[in-house]
Amino acid sequence: MVGSRDDAFVSFEHVQKSYDGETLVVKDLNLQLAKGEFLTMLGPSGSGKTTCLMMLAGFETATHGEIRLDGKPINQVPPHKRGIGMVFQNYALFPHMTVGENLSFPLEVRGMGKSEREAKIKRALDMVQMGAFANRRPAQMSGGQQQRIALARALVFDPKLVLMDEPLGALDKQLREHMQFEIKHLHESLGITVVYVTHDQGEALTMSDRVAVFNDGRIQQLAPPAELYERPQNSFVAGFIGENNKLAGVIEDIDGDRAVVRLENGEQIDATAVNVKEKGEKTLVSIRPERVEFKPDLIPAGSHTIDAQILEIIYMGDILRARMRVAGNDEFVMKYRNTIDQTQLTPGQHIRIGWNPLDARALDMI
Amino acid sequence: MSDVASQLTTADGRPLKAALASAQARAKRRAFFLVLPLLLFILITFAVPIGQMLQRSVYNDQFSKSVPALTQWFAENPKGSAPDEAAFTALASDLLLMKETRAAGDAGTRINYVVSGTRSMFTKAARGADKLEPPYMETFLDLDEDWDEPQIWNAMRSAASPWTLDFYTIAFDLERDADGKLQKVDENQRVYFRLYIRTFVLASVITAICLVLAFPIAHLLATLPMAKANLLMILVLLPFWTSLLVRTTSWIVLLQGQGVINSVLVALGIISDDGRIQMIYNQTGTIIAMVHILLPFMVLPLYSVMRVIPVSYTRAARSLGATSWTTFRRIYLPQTIPGIGAGVLLVFILAVGYYITPALVGGADGQLFSNMVQFHMTKANWSMAAALATMLLVGVLVLYWLYDRLIGIDKLKLG
Repeated sequence: MVGSRDDAFVSFEHVQKSYDGETLVVKDLNLQLAKGEFLTMLGPSGSGKTTCLMMLAGFETATHGEIRLDGKPINQVPPHKRGIGMVFQNYALFPHMTVGENLSFPLEVRGMGKSEREAKIKRALDMVQMGAFANRRPAQMSGGQQQRIALARALVFDPKLVLMDEPLGALDKQLREHMQFEIKHLHESLGITVVYVTHDQGEALTMSDRVAVFNDGRIQQLAPPAELYERPQNSFVAGFIGENNKLAGVIEDIDGDRAVVRLENGEQIDATAVNVKEKGEKTLVSIRPERVEFKPDLIPAGSHTIDAQILEIIYMGDILRARMRVAGNDEFVMKYRNTIDQTQLTPGQHIRIGWNPLDARALDMI
Repeated sequence: MSDVASQLTTADGRPLKAALASAQARAKRRAFFLVLPLLLFILITFAVPIGQMLQRSVYNDQFSKSVPALTQWFAENPKGSAPDEAAFTALASDLLLMKETRAAGDAGTRINYVVSGTRSMFTKAARGADKLEPPYMETFLDLDEDWDEPQIWNAMRSAASPWTLDFYTIAFDLERDADGKLQKVDENQRVYFRLYIRTFVLASVITAICLVLAFPIAHLLATLPMAKANLLMILVLLPFWTSLLVRTTSWIVLLQGQGVINSVLVALGIISDDGRIQMIYNQTGTIIAMVHILLPFMVLPLYSVMRVIPVSYTRAARSLGATSWTTFRRIYLPQTIPGIGAGVLLVFILAVGYYITPALVGGADGQLFSNMVQFHMTKANWSMAAALATMLLVGVLVLYWLYDRLIGIDKLKLG
C-alpha cells in the first residue's frame, strides 16, 4: 500500500509552515500517499492537520519544503489548476444556486458541453442517491442531504484526489456513522485517493487505510487503524486513540523488547518495551481496559499480577466497566464481558489482575 | 381545512379562535401602549407634514379667497368665453375687496406664477379700485392693455378654485396657451424638469462611484483580522463624526482655484498658473463632496453582508476549478447583492434629496432639485415647493418599487 518515494501519488517532503514567522504550525512533515489510498489526518485542534490539507489544496503556501502531486511539484500551482476535489466542513454549497447548478459549476468552468454536463450531474447525484433533488436549493435540504450534495459536487468532475475537511462534523451520530460507510464505499468503487481530516478517532479507525496522528505540528504515528490501536508508538498516540490505562514506573529489567517495570508502590508488571531502552529509565505503561484480565487461567503463566481494589462497577449493557485502584491510581479501568456466568465483582473487593505482556506497552514519559 | 379549524373549540366549548384572541388581547394591548409614543411622534412629525405638503401642492387659496364675484362669473360662463362687461364688473368689485383686505399682492402673485409679469397689474388696479368707473372694460384696458389677454383670464379661472394642478404644470416645464392647451415653455425657461432629470443622473453617478470605491474597502474590512479591521472601520466612519460643514469647507480648501491641489499641481509644473482646474463650485465639486459624505452608507451595508460570507465558498469555487475572476463573478458577487442593493438604495435616496452640499459647493451647474425646493420656500411659494418635493418623493418611490420588483425588498440588508 505504502508507495516508495518515487511512485507516491501525493508526497510531502520536509514541509514546514509558519503563519507568523515565529512558531511552526507544521514541523518537517514527510508523508507519502499511494494512489487509491484512504489516508486520515487525525489530531486535536491546532495540531496542524487542517493546515496540511489546506497546503495540499493550495489555499495555504508551504513556508518550506515541497508538495508533489502525481510526481509534479505543486507548490506554485494555483488551487483551480490542481484538479483536487474538496468537501468542506460546512458543506460550502453555493446558496444562490440550485443543487444542479452547484454540480454544474465545476463542469462549466471546464468548458464542458451541456449534454455532457447533464449526464455527469445525473450520474453524480445518483451516486449519492440524491437524483430527485437537482432543483432544490441548499437551504431547503437537511444537513445530511447537503453533505451528500457536497460530496457529489467534489466528485462530479472526476478528480483523482479528494480532500475532506471534517465533512461529517455537523451531522448527528447516527447519520455520521451511515455517511462514514457511504464515503468508504464511494472510495472503494471509484478508486479515488482520499485525504480525510478529522478529530474523531472512531471515524478515522472505521474508514481509513492508514491514519496519520498529528500533534504539535508533527506526525506522531502513521499506521493502519489496527496497528495504531494495538501498537501505539508513544504516549500521545496511546492516549489519543481509544481508552487507555496508564501506569507510571521505572524499568526494572529489560531484555530485548521484554521489560519488567517497577511501579511507584514497588509492585512489578510485565510490559513490551516500545520506546524505552535501558534499565532505570522512567516509563509510562499503557494497557487497554479490555485487555486487562482477572481470571488466573487467562493470564499467561509466569507473568506478574498486581493487586487491584474495585471502586465502582458500571453496567453498560454488553460490557461491564470496573473502576479500580491499582498502584495508587484510582482511574484504572477494566472492561469485561457481560455473560450469564460471569464472575460477580463487588466494590471494595480485592482481586489480582494481569495481562499478556504484549498488551502492556512501555512508552515514553510525557 | 379552514372550516374544520374555525369549528375547533376549547374544552369548555368556546370557539378556539375567540379563546386565542382573548388570551392574547392583554399582551397585544400592552405592546400597543409601548409603541404608542413612537406612533404618535411619527404621525405628528412625519405623516401629517407630508400629507400637508401633498395637499399644498394641489391647493392654493391665495387668489380664490379674494374673488367671490369673479368665481360666480366663471361659474356662469363656460371655459373659453371672452371676458365681457359683466366679467370686468366682477373684477372691479373683487379688486375693491382686495384693497380693503390688502390681499391684492397675494392674489396677483398667484396669477403671476402662471403668467409672469402680471402681479403689478393687480396691485396697480387694486390701489385705485375705489376710483374705477363703468364701463369697466374700457377702464381696465386704459390701465393696462393686457387686461383682456385670454391667458390671464384662463389663469384667473383656474386660480378661482383653490384646487389646482398649475404647480405641477409649471414643474413639468409646461404652460397653457391662449386656448388653454398644454405646451412646452420656451427652451431657455425649461428649468425644473431638466433639473429633475439631472438630479437623478447625478445621484446615479454618485451612487456608482460610491459602489466602486466602497466594494474593495468593504471586502478588505470583512477579511482583515479584527484589530486591523476596527482601525479601518474608524477611518471609514470618521466622516460620520465630523460636522458636515467642516467636511465641506475642507473640500473647498482643497479643491478651489487657489486651493491645495491646484497649487501643488502648479508647483509641480503639471498645469500652468492660468490653467488651474475648476474642481469646485460646479458639478465636479458636488460629486466629489457628496461621494465623500455618502461613502459610509455604502460601505456599512456591504460590509455587514460580506462579513458573513464564509471564506469556504470562494475556496470551494477555486477547488472546483474556477479562476479567481470567475469565483468573484459567479460566487462572491451574487452573494453580496443584498448589500449592494441596500447600499445603492440608501445612497441614491440620500443623494437625490441632498441639499446642503450642492448649495455650498455646487455653484451654478452643481445644484440639485432640493435646492430648487429650498429656493421656492424662501420665496414663500409653498405650493411650488410642495409640488417639486412631491415630484422628488414620487421619483424615489418609483425607484423603490422598481427595486422591489427587480431584487426584492426582503433581500435588503442594512446591517
